[in-house]
Amino acid sequence: MKNQYNLNHKDTGKPFTFKILIFVIAVIILTSCSGTNQSENPPPQPENDQIILATTTSTQDSGLLDFLLPDFQAQSGYLVKTIAVGTGKALKMAEDGNADVLLVHAPAAEQELVGKGYAIDRQLVMHNDFVIIGPPEDPAGIKGLTSATEAMMKIMNSNSVFLSRGDDSGTHKKEIAFWNDLGEVPGGDWYLESGQGMGATLRIASEKGGYTLTDRATFLANQDIVDSKVMVEGDSRLLNIYHVMVVNPEKWPQVNYPGAQDFAAFLLAADTQAKIGSFGIDRFGQPLFTPDGGKTEQDLGIK
Amino acid sequence: MELLWDGIKEAFFLIVSGDQEIWAITWLTLKVSGVATAISLLIGLPLGTWLALRDFTGRGCLFSFINTGMAFPPVVVGLWVSIFLWRNGPFGDLGLIYTPTAMVIAQIIIATPIVIGLTIAALQQLNPYLRIQLLGLGASRLQATFALWRESRLLLLAALMAGFGSIISEVGASMMVGGNIKDQTRVLTTAIVLETSRGRFTVAIALGFILLLLAYLVNFGLTVVQQRTTRSKDIQ
Amino acid sequence: MNSNNRPILTIEDLHVARGQDFHLSIDQLDVVDGEVLAIIGPNGAGKSTLLLTITRLLNPLSGTIRYKSQDITQIDELAYRRNLALVLQEPLLFDTTVYHNIATGLRFRGLSRAEQEKRIELWLSRLNINHLKTRPATQLSGGQAQRVSLARAMVLEPALLLLDEPFRALDSPTRTALIDDLRRLLSKTKTTAIFVTHNQDQALSIGSRVAVILDGKLQQVGLPQSVFSAPLDSKIADFLGVENILPGVVRTSETGKIMVEVNGNQLEAVGDADPGRDVYFCLRPEDITIWKTPDIPMSSARNQLHGIVSTITNQGHLLQIRIDCGFPLIVLITRASADDLEIKIGMQVFAAFKASAVHLIPR
Repeated sequence: MKNQYNLNHKDTGKPFTFKILIFVIAVIILTSCSGTNQSENPPPQPENDQIILATTTSTQDSGLLDFLLPDFQAQSGYLVKTIAVGTGKALKMAEDGNADVLLVHAPAAEQELVGKGYAIDRQLVMHNDFVIIGPPEDPAGIKGLTSATEAMMKIMNSNSVFLSRGDDSGTHKKEIAFWNDLGEVPGGDWYLESGQGMGATLRIASEKGGYTLTDRATFLANQDIVDSKVMVEGDSRLLNIYHVMVVNPEKWPQVNYPGAQDFAAFLLAADTQAKIGSFGIDRFGQPLFTPDGGKTEQDLGIK
Repeated sequence: MELLWDGIKEAFFLIVSGDQEIWAITWLTLKVSGVATAISLLIGLPLGTWLALRDFTGRGCLFSFINTGMAFPPVVVGLWVSIFLWRNGPFGDLGLIYTPTAMVIAQIIIATPIVIGLTIAALQQLNPYLRIQLLGLGASRLQATFALWRESRLLLLAALMAGFGSIISEVGASMMVGGNIKDQTRVLTTAIVLETSRGRFTVAIALGFILLLLAYLVNFGLTVVQQRTTRSKDIQ
Repeated sequence: MNSNNRPILTIEDLHVARGQDFHLSIDQLDVVDGEVLAIIGPNGAGKSTLLLTITRLLNPLSGTIRYKSQDITQIDELAYRRNLALVLQEPLLFDTTVYHNIATGLRFRGLSRAEQEKRIELWLSRLNINHLKTRPATQLSGGQAQRVSLARAMVLEPALLLLDEPFRALDSPTRTALIDDLRRLLSKTKTTAIFVTHNQDQALSIGSRVAVILDGKLQQVGLPQSVFSAPLDSKIADFLGVENILPGVVRTSETGKIMVEVNGNQLEAVGDADPGRDVYFCLRPEDITIWKTPDIPMSSARNQLHGIVSTITNQGHLLQIRIDCGFPLIVLITRASADDLEIKIGMQVFAAFKASAVHLIPR
């Protein structure tokens, strides 16, 4: 469990010891998994055994990578160095040849990167979804709406506080896309740009009594320590689609291309897809991600 | 290397073009760190003086406590201040979290131990009989203290510079308690973190140069004062 | 002497502790208006402790100090401290010019700039440091610095000047010149002072009275000649070394030969001193020989006094003879020569000593 505000125990439902127990169990499961795998069939020794994975903070903050990576490292012998940053920086890292493989969720920007030839082998891995959260008193009156754009229009028109990531992350880009659809340029006292990660932005939104657009995983991980509640969900435009991409070795010969390919294949393998589909159920009663291996964006209802 | 060069050009352009946002961020940075330095001086100078001149049991223990405080990680300070200022925290009702005031509070906590520690060091390098000499010339306790400050003014100025330098370049606490909210609590360091995460490295480098320039100008100003006081004692 | 004047400072039953095992006690000590009380004692005897206690920078365990008959703990501390001025072993000048150093105490007292300047100019010239006025204090020699330190204290024209071994760190010629100037200025301005030293010559030279502190206790107070020639006990004698100290006046001085008038006697000494100058004529008891008759071989024992033996004290293989010559003269002789002379109390004797055995201390 990765949660930077963990020191603040306002939660009444779950006692702290319960969290520790979960943590201990998770550690035992993770260590025993990798342990048995290693003893049964020793991992191969690749020539370049390091892969740099540039990914979004959401995969890291939700704990998904910590859940999956030990398996991959045990099977393949690769050591994965995860750089969890905003999507903007992740894409920039690929463009500069500073990463080997990408796991991100900004389809338009991804396609642009592929178009420029910096990334290849773009494949759909999974999706989760965005939700609009807000204070329980819901001053903009958006609870239960099914259209994200309608909800955001009401937030703007009621001058309710809205927290924007403002950091060119996938989430931020998603939000900007909604404003573009509405033909509005948000601004004013009600529109705050945090310029920080999702966890910190959720906290600020909660403290300021404002709304924000967040991925469900980060919200679920933080729901104990923020006052905010889910207001809008279910709009197909709120889907958050993760693709894996390999950095093009023709552009940057020094990248670990074989390792990157192995990692992409691992994410799409049936076992891994099943694990993705189960991740989070134990903690939140629902999975955080939906596995989409082999599917296309059209399958998810997106043109 | 090209990136750095672009960054320098961008910095020059941003400064020359008088970019509104950059000026607002720079001004807020100066205001927050300036006010925090001034307040930490108001707290640290008298307290450091008192500790340097008083002899009491547990003094050594207190000194090592202050020395630890001097090296206290800003993010830890940021975390604690946040916990206190969050709406559900003990001072939540004040509504200070994610405001410049919260940043000033955190920066005071970071800079004050530095000012105290360096004030103690500055006064302890004076001859211990100097205070006796001053009192023996009819100084009131306050006059003696002012005279001791005057005698160690170069080191005290260094303490001031160190305090200011530590907080203007600090990012962890400002990020946590300020929230890096655009037009409200975004200062140079948090803006640099943001621009870096956005992949806008030239802007990040440009902001870094502005920060460097700012720190340089403030230190330059203080050094000029320092030099003038050093020289004036030769001329008077 | 000002023995008829009222005391400016009275110390009674004073006990001061400093640190774990140091303790200073003084039963009774007065400082009289206009006098310079020299306090002499070895290092660590408690002299500086006494000065700090007088300055109220140390609190005594018990006892009272009265300033002009008021208990100093009963009057305003700052107002009281401003009657005093302290000069320490090290000059401890402030990091500014000589002029501003001397102005320090005046500024503390809020004097007008004009008044400050008038007084500072006066004391700059009195201590012959006019030429240093604009010099940074960091660029002075040891002697210059101590002159500035003296000026800084004396410009305050204190009711009581406290001097804590101010010449200790100086080399000998610098010290001699400064001692001369200090003595002159103290008597010219009739400043009351306490002068702490571990050096007898300095105590004699500057002090109008001498107090001896040994082992944290005030042992003896009196005129220099009586303290040095008649220590109360052997402990004091061991520290001081007994010496005949005779107040005199230089009458003539030519080519290294000086005639000093001591109690009506013209005595010869070697050295250099201006006629009319007040000096102490100092003579060690072992340098004096005793004769039954005035027919002393004149070889080089040019000085001769006669008197009556008043006491004989046994000091091991030596005898200490006190001769009343109109003033007491102490002589040390061996037991053998005492037997030879058949010396007895009441007997008339002649004492002789060489001019070169005399050393003169200006007073």
